[in-house]
Amino acid sequence: MNCRSEVLEVTVEARQVEEATLALLHTILLHRSTGKFHYKKEGTYSIGTVGTQDIDCDFIDFTFVRVSSEELDRVIRKAVSEFKDALSSDGMGQISLEFYQKKKSRWPFSDECIPWEVWSIKVSVVNLANEQERQICREKVGEKLGEKVINVVEVINRHEYLPKMPTQSEVDNVFDTSLKDVQPYLHKITYQITDSLGTSVSTTMRRLIKDTLAL
Amino acid sequence: MDGDLSPQDKKDLDKFIKFFALKTVQVIVQARLGEKICTRSSSSPTGSDWFNLAIKDIPEVTHEAKKALAGQLPGIGRSMCVEISLKTSEGDSMELETWCLEMNEKCDKDIKVSYTVYNRLSVLLKSLLAITRVTPAYKLSRKQGHDYVILYRIYFGEVQLGGLGEGFQTVRVGVVGTPVGTVTLSCAYRTNLAFMSSRQFERSAPIMGIIVDHFVDAPCGNQRPITMGQLCNYRPPDEDDGGAFAGVQDSQELYASRLSYQPAPPGGAAEFNTNQVKEGGNVLVPAQPQPPHGADVHLTIENAPNTPSSSGDEDGLLQSGEGRRDDGRRSVSPSDPVESLNAFTRKVGAFVNKPNTQITAASLDLPFAAFAPRGLDSEENDPMVRPPDSPPSQSPLQASLHSQGSDGSGPQDDFVMVDFRPAFSKDDLLPMDLGTFYREFQNPPQLASLSLHTSSQSMADDLDSLPEKLRVYEKNIDEFDAFVDMLQ
Repeated sequence: MNCRSEVLEVTVEARQVEEATLALLHTILLHRSTGKFHYKKEGTYSIGTVGTQDIDCDFIDFTFVRVSSEELDRVIRKAVSEFKDALSSDGMGQISLEFYQKKKSRWPFSDECIPWEVWSIKVSVVNLANEQERQICREKVGEKLGEKVINVVEVINRHEYLPKMPTQSEVDNVFDTSLKDVQPYLHKITYQITDSLGTSVSTTMRRLIKDTLAL
Repeated sequence: MDGDLSPQDKKDLDKFIKFFALKTVQVIVQARLGEKICTRSSSSPTGSDWFNLAIKDIPEVTHEAKKALAGQLPGIGRSMCVEISLKTSEGDSMELETWCLEMNEKCDKDIKVSYTVYNRLSVLLKSLLAITRVTPAYKLSRKQGHDYVILYRIYFGEVQLGGLGEGFQTVRVGVVGTPVGTVTLSCAYRTNLAFMSSRQFERSAPIMGIIVDHFVDAPCGNQRPITMGQLCNYRPPDEDDGGAFAGVQDSQELYASRLSYQPAPPGGAAEFNTNQVKEGGNVLVPAQPQPPHGADVHLTIENAPNTPSSSGDEDGLLQSGEGRRDDGRRSVSPSDPVESLNAFTRKVGAFVNKPNTQITAASLDLPFAAFAPRGLDSEENDPMVRPPDSPPSQSPLQASLHSQGSDGSGPQDDFVMVDFRPAFSKDDLLPMDLGTFYREFQNPPQLASLSLHTSSQSMADDLDSLPEKLRVYEKNIDEFDAFVDMLQ
């Protein structure tokens, strides 16, 4: 099975990095989260309800919708914050949201993580000279993010491969069940910083943010 | 046959599509209310949240949607459309976007209704949530209130995109294949917001007539309801836990809330609605529910701030009430530019209050004449240039070489005298003012003992008087000794 890979590119000011990245990651996760599963004895399950929330950006003329889950928001913000700190004032970087499935292997082999969808957000940071340029940038980045949201929606609505709905014993191989109000697909966020020469930094910074079985 | 849908599946599918249509309308209208939406996630299913999404149901919106559907379902050739339009306080209106829920013939026979179709419809609703915040009408709707409001209209049948102007764009939200056809959700939105400027409406003509003309001449043959549209700034009387909408409002109260164009406060939704009800007396409230355009004739505009509108045409958004205020504003500022200039220049620069008639005369030609270099004739009389009583500013050495009565202005010929206007000083009315003090302080008279002439004279006197002094001291030597003993 091939992993689906999508790339979204944005060019922003340093102070917009966080909000632009959050907007896109949350838009993706909105589509890749369901309500909590409650399995019944007969093997069927019922699904909880996902609430949504409008978030206005402070530095961009943009509003995005995210899942109403403080826990999930905290996790995403932490990852984005690390990414933002690692990015220099006029550098480039890439933050990736990878959805994966776990495949149980026999002992002594560890479980395999098989990605089925990877979203890469390439961020280029620019420096602007004056307030007028910043104002224009606010609006332009807002429009650009709107286009990216449309791209995300387009890809998701192709309804290509999604992991099969798991049985109760398999649910942790497909979904992240650690959150108490929503259930996103298993995912992890990693990032890479490109130095000014355009080559990848020799030590790729890898942060495992979400992995229920950390081995 | 294998391809046929089982009765249970057919029933489920119809139910899914019906509730999907209703939820679609709710999402679109709520996204144009002008405020942020927030609903809570719930891990335990309540059973009433369709598609596992917490989307509130505004009863009036559901009622309008059901009325438009009239028991039918979106099908092939029968689309459900939600039209979003903008209406200014003067009655000008403009269609902003049309959301279309359509069905085409492309069937997916193998798809599982109860599971896959349901989940995909859920994903499509999420996409709709995201896309409704991206189209241009969202920003306009967030700023609605005083100058314009956002209205919605639901209709069923053929899609009408003629009112969107030239160059409208289409964005596809998504598709879901079902055994009976493919559900498509898309949005066509206007890009040309300058449409309104081309309309020439007589301001004094009754707005009602214009509105009626606008909608009676439907370009298409199908039925078009006479109501202009429903207001999107519905406000519940009380708002609890971040956005939960209250129950049914009295329709009378709802009409009242449409008519006054109070600016919608961002957080005080409850306050907004209370104000509406209080102002009911000032506003023309219809006795029975009438189409909203009829009630738009008379508007009471309170002291509304000049909120900036995001649409390009400022003129079209001015209300008739504001016209009166504009006149009021114009009377405040002077109409005569010369007079205003005089008023400005009469206030001479900071810290200086010397009424200089010459400056006033020149004000018409040079606004900043106060700072221009003065003419030569005025310099003769300028006390700053020729200080009348300033002490001769000369070095002590120079003074001693010349006679004491020498004129101090001699050595001054090499120096360029600049206007000396110390800060915070007034005119030379007092004998000792700041300027005089500065001049005297910087040019003090030399000490008498330092002048050679007098010092030489005193030296000679001292030498002569020495013997006399010595004789006196020797005579009083006993007194001096006694004094010294006393000190020890």
